[in-house]
Amino acid sequence: MSKGRRDGGGLESPQRRHLLGRGAALVGGAVVSGTVAAQEAGSEPNGPPNIPDWMKVPGADVGSEPYGTPSPFEKQVVRNIPKGLPQYISASSRTPLQELDGIITPNGLFYERHHGGIPEIDPGQHRLMVHGLVETPLILTMADIRRFPSESRIHFIECSGNPGFEAMSGRTASDLVGLVSCAEWTGVPLKTVLAEAGLRPEAKWVVAEGADAAALTRSIPIDKCLDDAMLVYSQNGERLRPQQGYPLRVLLPGFEGNMNVKWLRRLNVTAEPAHSREETSKYTDSMPDGTARQFTFYMEAKSIITRPSGTQRIDRGYNEITGIAWSGHGRITQVEVSVNDGRTWTVAQLQAPVLTRALTRFRLPWTWDGTPTAILSRATDETGYVQPDFKALTQVRGMKSFYHNNAIIPWRIAESGAVSNGFVKA
Amino acid sequence: MASSKLRPFVLAAGLAAAAAAANASPRYGIGRPATQPEIAAWDIDIDRDGRKLPAGQGSVAQGQILFASQCASCHGAKGEGGTGERLVGGQGSLASGKPIKTVGSFWPYAPTLFDYIRRAMPLNAPQSLDTDAVYAVSAYILHLNGLVPGDAVIDAASLAAVRMPNRDGFVSDPRPDVPGEVRPR
Repeated sequence: MSKGRRDGGGLESPQRRHLLGRGAALVGGAVVSGTVAAQEAGSEPNGPPNIPDWMKVPGADVGSEPYGTPSPFEKQVVRNIPKGLPQYISASSRTPLQELDGIITPNGLFYERHHGGIPEIDPGQHRLMVHGLVETPLILTMADIRRFPSESRIHFIECSGNPGFEAMSGRTASDLVGLVSCAEWTGVPLKTVLAEAGLRPEAKWVVAEGADAAALTRSIPIDKCLDDAMLVYSQNGERLRPQQGYPLRVLLPGFEGNMNVKWLRRLNVTAEPAHSREETSKYTDSMPDGTARQFTFYMEAKSIITRPSGTQRIDRGYNEITGIAWSGHGRITQVEVSVNDGRTWTVAQLQAPVLTRALTRFRLPWTWDGTPTAILSRATDETGYVQPDFKALTQVRGMKSFYHNNAIIPWRIAESGAVSNGFVKA
Repeated sequence: MASSKLRPFVLAAGLAAAAAAANASPRYGIGRPATQPEIAAWDIDIDRDGRKLPAGQGSVAQGQILFASQCASCHGAKGEGGTGERLVGGQGSLASGKPIKTVGSFWPYAPTLFDYIRRAMPLNAPQSLDTDAVYAVSAYILHLNGLVPGDAVIDAASLAAVRMPNRDGFVSDPRPDVPGEVRPR
């Protein structure tokens, strides 16, 4: 073991290596701070001038993992799952946004919202029925669906309650808006499948139904079905994960998540919406006057700084501010960042590609002088719409509308460099 | 208040020429025709007017027994809620600071109750109740909300005839609704 050692820093005990390994994992979790206490030159057993242990023996075999998984040092990067719910059949888990880079959500970290649990569906037995106001009602197998001309597109999906207006106290970016994820989806345009059945002239809506235990049902206006809607069977190159609707789901770019019906088994072409439970008593937005807005499809422009963000810690000096922005109405045209609690705003850089109805990564270089402050971001989309602040939103909608909260998220930075939710009193 | 300016609820209309445009696409000869029995077995969505409600019936009294065995463990003996949602009460609360949204206070259409119970309830055994049982449970929940009498027997016609208190409580989407710095392109 010590044959090749050239360190001048004393013995390398197994215990010490264990502690250093833990330290590395913790740094991975805390991310921003990054500053490991300055070490004396040569005191790190795997740093210069020593030869790292992992260079002295061959690594694991090719194929030791038939389906690759993240490094064991990334164990903390997992879905954000609520604790202590009365049941987990109808519930949600969140993407750990603050741990991710770029715009694509790894399939294993895509957010979840299920209404009757995750069914295990044999794709060989799964059937899609297309009926109602069509010339020829159809039964399609998964093999049939994969025969249609295919397309791949990158789009976000976001839960409409991300978060509720009364749930602004989350500690992390994930706690606040982790019910959004983005993937490259592959499938067939919905209009292709509808044309195969032949739409009748009175067709105005398509009622989509899942093959889950909730048989979740949402009505989709025909113009969306004939525009950019898809039936997708793959995400990020591989088949859909069960949590995202394996083997087949609806994709409605920019529309609220629950309408992107998973485990799709039926499309009923109708003249009227179904007015299902999920589009009357749920997923409608209660207003202060007692009315509720129905068919609130679009997810409006939104952004969040993911680094630095809640529970992280920064150092004085240079820090890159980065985050994600998105809009159900099209492309993000601008993201502005304020480093002084909204007094002034600076236009951030947008990372190409900037795609319609997809997450867009923004960045702003920043030098923190150590003064306590709050940092915020606000997005503008191609319609000219600017992400509002929480006060402006709730002045119109009150506190009880639950869905479609796209408020600006402030992160407070304390003198210590600790980052926390700006909605929570310090 | 912005909500007073909302247009009355109007169903969004599809594009007039949409169907014709879609049908201009080529057909690929993929899949097979669905038969009427296949469609009838899977076509479970019920419209708000109840035109698709199936034949059958159930009484409040039958529903009370079924509710106790199938529903009460989650929704409470009288629909007051538990691990499952509250189903009863809340009428008149929607415009208050603490709206209570139940079948009686919030649901706009009674046929949706049949639709949802049949497709998704009970949570541990969806699609296990037969048609008469779904009518009976629907009748009992409506009775708990004071919307049908205790001796009611509910079928397609009588369920469709129940006028829910919040039937007119839904409005269309007026967004963008928040005054702000909307910038012209």
